[in-house]
Amino acid sequence: MKALYREPLDIVITGVGGQGNVLASQVLGRTLLQAGYTVTVGETYGLSQRGGAVMSQVRVSTGPALGPLIPENQATAIVSLEPLEALRVLGQYGHPGVVVLTNDRPLIPLNVQSGQDRYPDLDQLKQAIAGLCGRLYWLPATEAAFALGAPILANVVMLGALLACGLLPLSAAQVEAVLGGMFPESKMAANRLALAKGQEMATG
Amino acid sequence: MADLTKLKPGEIALLQGNEAIARGALEAGLSLAAAYPGNPSSEILESLADSAASAGIYVEWSVNEKVAVETAAAASFTGLRAMASMKQNGVNVAQDFICNLTISGTRGGMVLVTADDPSGISSTNEEDARFIARLADLPLLEPTTPAECLAMTKFAFDLSEAIGNLVVLRSLSRLSHTRAGVVPGPLPNSRPRPHWDPKQAWSTTPVVAKHQAMKDKLAKAGQIMAGSGFNTYSGPPAPELLVIASGSSALYAAEAAALLGAADRVGLLKLACTWPLDEALLLKHLAAAGQVLFAEEVDPFIETEVKAFYAQHAPDLGVKRFFGKASGHLPRVGELSPGRLARAMGAILGLDWRGADPAYAAQVQQANAQLVPFREFGFCPGCPHRASYWAIKQALALDGRQGIVSGDIGCYTLGIHTTGFRRVNSVHCMGSGLGVASGLGKLKEQGFDQPVVSVVGDSTFFHAALPGLVNARWNQSNYLLIVLDNSATAMTGFQPHPGTGMTATGQAGTSVDVEDVCRGLGLDFQVVDPYDLAAAQEAVFDAVQGAPGLKVLIFRRVCALVQGRRGGHPYHMTIDQGLCRGDDCGCHRFCSRAFRCPGLSFDEKTGRAVIDEVVCVGCGVCAQICPAGAIRAEAKEAAA
Repeated sequence: MKALYREPLDIVITGVGGQGNVLASQVLGRTLLQAGYTVTVGETYGLSQRGGAVMSQVRVSTGPALGPLIPENQATAIVSLEPLEALRVLGQYGHPGVVVLTNDRPLIPLNVQSGQDRYPDLDQLKQAIAGLCGRLYWLPATEAAFALGAPILANVVMLGALLACGLLPLSAAQVEAVLGGMFPESKMAANRLALAKGQEMATG
Repeated sequence: MADLTKLKPGEIALLQGNEAIARGALEAGLSLAAAYPGNPSSEILESLADSAASAGIYVEWSVNEKVAVETAAAASFTGLRAMASMKQNGVNVAQDFICNLTISGTRGGMVLVTADDPSGISSTNEEDARFIARLADLPLLEPTTPAECLAMTKFAFDLSEAIGNLVVLRSLSRLSHTRAGVVPGPLPNSRPRPHWDPKQAWSTTPVVAKHQAMKDKLAKAGQIMAGSGFNTYSGPPAPELLVIASGSSALYAAEAAALLGAADRVGLLKLACTWPLDEALLLKHLAAAGQVLFAEEVDPFIETEVKAFYAQHAPDLGVKRFFGKASGHLPRVGELSPGRLARAMGAILGLDWRGADPAYAAQVQQANAQLVPFREFGFCPGCPHRASYWAIKQALALDGRQGIVSGDIGCYTLGIHTTGFRRVNSVHCMGSGLGVASGLGKLKEQGFDQPVVSVVGDSTFFHAALPGLVNARWNQSNYLLIVLDNSATAMTGFQPHPGTGMTATGQAGTSVDVEDVCRGLGLDFQVVDPYDLAAAQEAVFDAVQGAPGLKVLIFRRVCALVQGRRGGHPYHMTIDQGLCRGDDCGCHRFCSRAFRCPGLSFDEKTGRAVIDEVVCVGCGVCAQICPAGAIRAEAKEAAA
């Protein structure tokens, strides 16, 4: 079992209901468990199906079981499937050294659609996030997923990017093996490509 | 969910707290499980339903929580092991039976699981259901991790059988929905054959004698629990601060001590058996510490009981300082967190803990305030409830007498928010909308002149609305009941209910129709498709304007998510950019501002409405609301 980048290693996965963030956290949790680590995956999905923000927390250690909540401002990395949600979560879990990986595709809140509120300018949003973290990966994950035929694969693309940024003691092969146990073979080709695309985007 | 009998004993698996409770029950030899869905408890019964065929057990969604506990008790009376699971609100529904069951006692091991929801993440309240254990003198277990969920559920069945009474196991949303490594044990090879000796009566009389027997059972439970090893202590023998904690709070407290760098100054007494309290254990640890902090969610249950216990022993224990919710060191409302514990423990120990340095905190707060809008909840694209509330709002506005709508529990509770045009005026518990409407409908003679409408979902209708409806019929109340029948318990994950005719394990049951209930009560009713906005609006208008009496409209249209799984909706929606008036529309963006379906968007550059092709499901309803007729619905085949 490899030593962890940090003990405990705390990853927030956030986004909007329906983006597959709970699935991403489960894949990560199962892979880390199989690799021998102590894993706690906390999920929050109260009204998430109804368009709200949703968050999972993956906590990894080599010691005893951890609680389901990461202490405030102590996340090692934040993975966001939606750019606005990345900044929202930084308020609760960010610090100057946190690594942020975010999908660059906005999902417009209803209250913005209605003209009540404004969605921030994307460059301004990117700058603000960059100024609040140690490393920022601003990634066209939905675009990549569309190119693979299904926008829902953005979560697997982001998982690939997380693997490539050097924080996790895991190989893509280990994650693929776990995905293989959760999806039928017919869906695995697209999942493998999505994982590889994410890795490529984060290293390229 | 998945078939939990397929897990290999001894092989670690990533299990949700709820799945671990279910697996623990299977390992304990469960024969029957019953529940009513409600987050955060639903996955317990769902995973048992998926395991029922392999395990050879009976699993049902009951019509409500009280019936679920009664169903489980029946199995217990015949010698089988049984479990009922529910969210905290459900315990209230079942409370009357529980408070009598505890006097009669049980036979086969019987466990009640309550999954409480601090901060009301998916609930209408954040009630602490542990008080059922105090109220009904039942043993109470509070696991901390999914692994403990499995072990303590197994223990709960043995404990129940040993004392002959119900045992309460309390989970929390953070535990029920946490996944962690769990090592399953073996499953039993056989279960007893159910039999009820006709000479045996399960009843509460003679009350006083049986009440005494119940007290004796609780005392016996206390002895067994004290020897179970689930209560643990870690830290120095005489700590500067003793933290007494249960549930997730025990993990938060351990982490907070590490964050403060004060692990050598803090002792953590983790209580997993929280009623009755282990008095010998408390005496030992209270004697060794001068300061005590209580960490638990939500109410000061342990805090209050330990202080009362201390009062009995104060002459021997000497002066102690107690901290917690009463002292203001921890909040009396909302869930706890590692940070909250670190600040509370820091305040007592003279240590300052901040998550972020002040400059970073200020910067991130400012960026959030400037750039991050709130993300509003809303009905799904194509949701029939949006159409129903639109019709109700229009009809009551036309009526003009300030009509009142009493709401109920389900997705349509969101009718109190903008997504339901704020058209709901009251929401409390399951079925309460009908009772409130029944009362309002009797106030005419006192001068109440506003029309009254009650909305209730199809699952809630069967759960708790029937007595309110019978009451209104009997007492001749005047209101309009609208049953929002989407043929699903959509809010909690599409579990079947009596109206759907399917059972928990996917077999055909006997469906109970809302229409038949209305016929039986001699009530006028009409079935309307809420997607037909004009017809729905007219039906509501006619009902509130017509002669007084109790009337029923059944707004029937299947949940949009269910329709999506059944092959989707029929239309391809487009907006005629030439006809759309954009911001100049007489009603100012009627579609995206007022109707607020997520499938409708607005292009700020062209100043025209657009359909979001990824989000729109093609229900066709919005085509009926555009004053310019710019929204077009074409049949999907024709569009392709």
